[in-house]
Amino acid sequence: MLAFNFFGATEGGLFDINATLPLMAIQVVALTYILNSLFFKPVGNVVEKREKFVSNNIIEAKNKLSEVKKLEADLLTQLQSARTEAQRIVSEAEDESDKLYKEALELANNEANASKEKARLEIESQTSAARDQLSKQADDLSELIVNRLILEK
Amino acid sequence: MFLNSLLTNFAALEVGQHLYWQIGNIRLHGQVFLTSWILLGALLVFISLGTKKMENDPKGLQNLLEFLWDYIRDLARTQIGEKVYRDWMPFIGTLFLFVFVSNWGGALIPWRLIKLPSGELGAPTADINTTIALALLVSLSYFYAGLSNKGWRYFEYYVHPTPIMLPFKILEDFTKPLSLSFRLFGNILADELVVGVLVFLVPLILPIPVMFLGLFTSAIQALIFATLAAYYIGEAVEEHH
Repeated sequence: MLAFNFFGATEGGLFDINATLPLMAIQVVALTYILNSLFFKPVGNVVEKREKFVSNNIIEAKNKLSEVKKLEADLLTQLQSARTEAQRIVSEAEDESDKLYKEALELANNEANASKEKARLEIESQTSAARDQLSKQADDLSELIVNRLILEK
Repeated sequence: MFLNSLLTNFAALEVGQHLYWQIGNIRLHGQVFLTSWILLGALLVFISLGTKKMENDPKGLQNLLEFLWDYIRDLARTQIGEKVYRDWMPFIGTLFLFVFVSNWGGALIPWRLIKLPSGELGAPTADINTTIALALLVSLSYFYAGLSNKGWRYFEYYVHPTPIMLPFKILEDFTKPLSLSFRLFGNILADELVVGVLVFLVPLILPIPVMFLGLFTSAIQALIFATLAAYYIGEAVEEHH
């Protein structure tokens, strides 16, 4: 055995395989069970419990966020409809007031026209009355003049 | 002869010598068990301290242990897959922790100050018995994982994608433990030897960069061992379509 001689050991050497091997294997298997119950299980429980807690919280937060978004959208549509409703009411009122204004204007115009017409008629009648009277007085005067002229002769 | 003087120098480093324990008629490498007990004891104390008072709001050691757990879970999950990684995580994690603690313990603690009647203390992973034990456990694990998950369909893996692969796949079953054990053993032993020789030749300053390199190698080897073990298990439980 080269290795034995090269390193000058009287017994054993680097590649001396003996009962250390199976005993070490048993020791490692035992260590696996010990570490499993002492380390992997308890730490795993804590870590996984926390991971579950965190992921649950995240899911809950996501649900809440989506709910909030839904409510927000709801509110937005409500706001939108309220706005259009308000616009409709305003325009309706505007139309109505416009109509009322026009009606009132027409009424006032008519009235004014009517009174103007009446005044005109009155003026006309008065004018003609005055003219009649004037022509009558002119007639009287001319008759008087004529009479006087005739009498003086 | 020059070679002879070199050999005696190497002998001064006590390479390939062991502290033998004789129980009945079986012989053990005592130094491997001594260091592994000390290091694993420290590991278990560390872990017990960290998990003594587990809180939802981690503090101090618990933080570190949770980071470690997360690291091992990621390693197992990426190599083995979402479906069965849970079953194998403790094994992969134990391999990682055992190799890591052994490598770093061997590199960081000045074992040489403790004199043994024969051999010297060092990284348990610098002993071929330890690495072969780990590698064989990995082999058993991936066979068990494949058979328990897929039953006899596990052997489809050997003729996948074509039956031409059969001899290579069978050969792989031997090369996997061989490469696993010798890679770890060789790297850690080489690191110890390089540091030992350098300290022997130039006791000041010069060994320090090599020691840092050794720490780096030690950590990388632990990661490689655990990753490959997880990869082999993942390969065995993978479903072919």
